[in-house]
Amino acid sequence: MFKRKLFHNAYGKTLPYLLLIPTFAVIILFIYWPAVSSFRMSLYKVSPFGNKTIYTGLSNFENLFKNPDYEKSAWFTLFYVSFTVIATIFLSFILALLLNQKVPGSRFYRTLIFSPYAVSPAISGTLWSFLLNPVVGHVNYFFMKAFNVQVLWLTTKPYALYALLFSSIWKALPFSIIFYIAALQNVSDELLESATIEGAGTLRKIWKIQFPLVSPITFYLVIMNIISSMFQSFAIIDVMTKGGPGGYTTTMMYRLFLDAFAYQKTGPASAQSVVMFLLMAGVTIVYFLFGERKVHYA
Amino acid sequence: MKRSVRKRVNLVSIEIALIVITFVIFLPILLGITMSIQPPESVFAFPPKLFPTGFHWRNYTEAFRKFPFEYFLMNSLIIGLATTLGKIVTGILAGYAFANFRFFGKSFSFAFLFATLFLPAETIMIVPLFAIMKQFGWVNTYWALTIPFMASATNTFLFRQHFRSMPKELEDAAKIDGAGYMTYFFRILIPLSKAIIGGSAIINFVYAWNMYLWPLIVSMEDKMKTVQIGVKMMIDAEASNNWGIIMAGTMIALFPTLLVFFCLQSVFVKSLVRSGVKG
Repeated sequence: MFKRKLFHNAYGKTLPYLLLIPTFAVIILFIYWPAVSSFRMSLYKVSPFGNKTIYTGLSNFENLFKNPDYEKSAWFTLFYVSFTVIATIFLSFILALLLNQKVPGSRFYRTLIFSPYAVSPAISGTLWSFLLNPVVGHVNYFFMKAFNVQVLWLTTKPYALYALLFSSIWKALPFSIIFYIAALQNVSDELLESATIEGAGTLRKIWKIQFPLVSPITFYLVIMNIISSMFQSFAIIDVMTKGGPGGYTTTMMYRLFLDAFAYQKTGPASAQSVVMFLLMAGVTIVYFLFGERKVHYA
Repeated sequence: MKRSVRKRVNLVSIEIALIVITFVIFLPILLGITMSIQPPESVFAFPPKLFPTGFHWRNYTEAFRKFPFEYFLMNSLIIGLATTLGKIVTGILAGYAFANFRFFGKSFSFAFLFATLFLPAETIMIVPLFAIMKQFGWVNTYWALTIPFMASATNTFLFRQHFRSMPKELEDAAKIDGAGYMTYFFRILIPLSKAIIGGSAIINFVYAWNMYLWPLIVSMEDKMKTVQIGVKMMIDAEASNNWGIIMAGTMIALFPTLLVFFCLQSVFVKSLVRSGVKG
């Protein structure tokens, strides 16, 4: 009896560690190890034949910040991310308000409006490449009929940016709408009713009651959308513009990919990875500094 | 009286707005389907068609004939099922450890796991993870496409949260009846977690099916590629002549996730809001 209890105790002490082994093996091997090694690799330079690595200190970073192309892609990333995030938040809030109304068929509308969530970024890029195609595309046909212009969406400035935005926002909307609907359902009906009795109009109620009450969700969604448009937009760009025309739509993420694979520049690519880590860290710090407070009445 | 009329008018305008918006948002998928079932000669029809004029399989059979879509589909399926299973198994085990045990280093290991959420996965993949795959000799294998995705912080947290919500009396009662830790785990916890396992399975599968960057980097031969990369191959090869076949490939890649999504939407939405993952 005593022996059994002792065994049980030792077993109970080691069991949690055994349970954690698979998860920690994967995250250490495939997340932490590569993350640390990219910091290390950013300080080295690989010789042209890839057979020697030379310690170069911070020169990869110096070259990176001196490179006008990198600066250009940083600006483009800033534009692309801010447009995508602002438009997604704004549109998804309005759509969530509409879908939150009790009208006949709202379940059906939800199902179809949520459907781009199941569409991958690559497929979203493909669908929009088709719609915007100058020969067979419907959007192009519409523009011809309505404004009598033929726009080469994917291959000219600044339309390539708009093309990416259509695709990115379309793909990003459902995620935000789903969260907004869940949040709006928690806004009490009594509050809205009493505001109506006080004579508040619809817009006033939205702006003064509903929008402030869902502000924690708005904040969460801004962060999530920043992250996804910075990192996961890769597929959309690769399918639609390949960073063109002339590097115009090359985001920092896409340049990192090009430097690593098309140009095989491991050192500079690692330095870019480190910059991306720091950006992500910045977003994370902002999230924890402001997100945890959950201010409702902003 | 006046108020109710105004309310009616409001409802009707909301309804109309919703119909228009739904149509516009669903239109890209609808037009893709239309294009994919056009006969090749009306692909260049001007004005382009909104609704299909007939039903032709030609683009689909051509897609399979010109590109190895049977491999693409098989690979996507293997990767989807393997990573989903892996993530759920590792997530359940680790979730159980965090929810039901007290052990030395618990809060540290929890923070260590939590911090992975703030490392940009795509950035890690491009240079260093690929270098590790080369060292392992895993490039262009299923190992590279599945093993690195077999555990995640989100799945662990999901199950930890769920196990913590179970009444403590349940565990005590099981212990009094002589059940050990693993008996309790297999006989009681797992059967009570079916719904949540199902929900996370769907989200994980769709996530794996829709992966793009990693399969693009790590698969070299056509026979190792996934449907997402297959669609990209089609665009590069066919964009100037036949959008019908590209849209057929697109629909092949899209159909499974869209079907899962339509059939199980309420489960999907619930688990999404619960776990807060971005897909």
